[in-house]
Amino acid sequence: MSKISLTDMRHSYLANPEAEEDWALKKMSVDWSDGGAYALLGPSGCGKTTLLNIISGLLTPTEGTVWFGDAEVTNVPPDRRNIAQVFQFPVVYDTMSVYDNLAFPLRNRGIAEDDVDRRVREIAAMLELDAMLSRRAAGLTADGKQKISLGRGLVRDDVNAILFDEPLTVIDPHLKWVLRSKLKELHQRVGTTMIYVTHDQTEALTFADQVVVMHEGTVVQIGTPVELFEHPRHTFVGHFIGSPGMNVLPCALEGGAPMFSGMAVPTDHPVAHRPDGERLEIGVRPEFVSFAQQGIPVEIVRVSDAGRFSIVDTRHGEHLIKLLAPEGEELPSEDAHIRFDPGHTQVYADGWMVS
Amino acid sequence: MAAKTHNPKAWLFVLPVVILVAFNALIPLMTVVNYSVQETFGDNVFFWEGVGWFEQVLHSERFHASLLRQLTFTGIILAIEVPLGVAIALTMPKKGPWVSVCLVFMAMPLLIPWNVVGAMWNIFALPDLGLLGRAINGMGIDYNFTQQPGSAWFTTILMDVWHWTSLVVLLAYAGLRSIPDAYYQAAKIDGASSWAVFRHIQLPKMKRVLTIAILLRFMDSFMIYTEPFVLTGGGPGNSTTFLSIDLVKIALGQFDLGPAAAMSLIYFLIVLLLSWIFYTLMMRNEAQ
Repeated sequence: MSKISLTDMRHSYLANPEAEEDWALKKMSVDWSDGGAYALLGPSGCGKTTLLNIISGLLTPTEGTVWFGDAEVTNVPPDRRNIAQVFQFPVVYDTMSVYDNLAFPLRNRGIAEDDVDRRVREIAAMLELDAMLSRRAAGLTADGKQKISLGRGLVRDDVNAILFDEPLTVIDPHLKWVLRSKLKELHQRVGTTMIYVTHDQTEALTFADQVVVMHEGTVVQIGTPVELFEHPRHTFVGHFIGSPGMNVLPCALEGGAPMFSGMAVPTDHPVAHRPDGERLEIGVRPEFVSFAQQGIPVEIVRVSDAGRFSIVDTRHGEHLIKLLAPEGEELPSEDAHIRFDPGHTQVYADGWMVS
Repeated sequence: MAAKTHNPKAWLFVLPVVILVAFNALIPLMTVVNYSVQETFGDNVFFWEGVGWFEQVLHSERFHASLLRQLTFTGIILAIEVPLGVAIALTMPKKGPWVSVCLVFMAMPLLIPWNVVGAMWNIFALPDLGLLGRAINGMGIDYNFTQQPGSAWFTTILMDVWHWTSLVVLLAYAGLRSIPDAYYQAAKIDGASSWAVFRHIQLPKMKRVLTIAILLRFMDSFMIYTEPFVLTGGGPGNSTTFLSIDLVKIALGQFDLGPAAAMSLIYFLIVLLLSWIFYTLMMRNEAQ
């Protein structure tokens, strides 16, 4: 087991990539520490699966290198990388029994039948598949099949990392939760690095210690769920994580303080002078906006009840600002003003946080 | 369990198809049944024969000989065309411009009228004029399909393989294309050899289309008529007289309508029985 590193790596599916948009993955260097639980989060088409396939060796990056510990594996094929991968749609060998499915990767590596038997039974017990070992794999339900795919990775004790490519897509909603907890539990038990690709923020935030957010082929932020929530490094992270997403408002800078619509916005993250021509914005999450006696004058457009709080849509001029009001809070009927929490108000230039 | 609804009007809705099937299958078949149990000398005069013709056909050495030839021929072409078709499908490109080129080339033999195939191979294999015949004789092998039974069989089988392997290829290729990439990727990660990939992924996934391919090739080859008729006319001697060629000889050559009708029905039942056996054997695992 070892750390996985991608160094100055980028990838294009075209033969001669020229323009920036020809690159499916823009240049990046990412380290995955040994034993971590990572989620790779982003909308469809942002390059998550490409990145995963580069780690597993199904794809060779156009540029840059892939390292497992101190060994460079950029051109090493998947079967010699000690990687397991679980795909979006369950892959089982239909004609084999559950037992033979689990034994398959070990037998292919010429492991003695005694050891195969011991490992298969151990993993089957862990995945609660032991009762159906002699059944044909084709007859199992989708979640059973997905457990087999996972089991084929777990039986090998040399596995560096287990990669999941949206593994719960075809699983019934009530089983998703069960399987996800099982994954979390397995991660704590076996301690193998796990990288979990998903476009569902709930899946990502509940599974992972570290979430890698991707957008248009770029890794925009790597952080704990709390970091992503409180300090989104890119407006995309602000939008994509959290519900509702972050308010992003145009601003100007005057003497190091951001100005929105001619009013100074207090922030704990002051910004020095920025070069001309940049698109400057302030970002603040609805959780950190509240009604106040003074501040930015707004009118209330709509209130939606979301259980323990209400989502209030307000408007200042042409700008919409959402805020969360605790349940039972009296909303101002006229002359409403709002203020932003200075500790959670950040300035973004061309989308990137500069505070 | 819900109670079954009884509505006699429902029969009206299936009536059109019943009429259609009656006219194109049942009525012609019944005329054959009619002939098979009677003797006629024309003028619509019939004499009752019972199962006499059936007994005669079943005990006839001539029928046994052509049935044996037929089974041998079908066995050989299945043993060649199915593995060869699968092998070709496996080597065909999976994407890119060559896919269409390959598919067009593969489809070409299937588009040629059967009697033209027979005529083409007849000329192609002529020992003195044909390219194939000249080439084989040029290699020092004595080859003449109009005179040697062995050469006639070789040519007939080669012609059928050329004509019909494409069908197996196209079906197998369609089966292969339906396998998601994830299967190959998973197999790569599991360290599977290419034989294991074939044995545990490609073959099981091709099973359904291969079943269809085998059934189609079995039925077609078992009823083969036009191509050997044009190529060898069933000769030399009776060496390539397969069941349907023999049937036509009896029915139209000798005008023995009774025995021919009885033979047709026996022939039909053999095809039906063997198809059923093939299908059941190949689908047996599916049910488990």
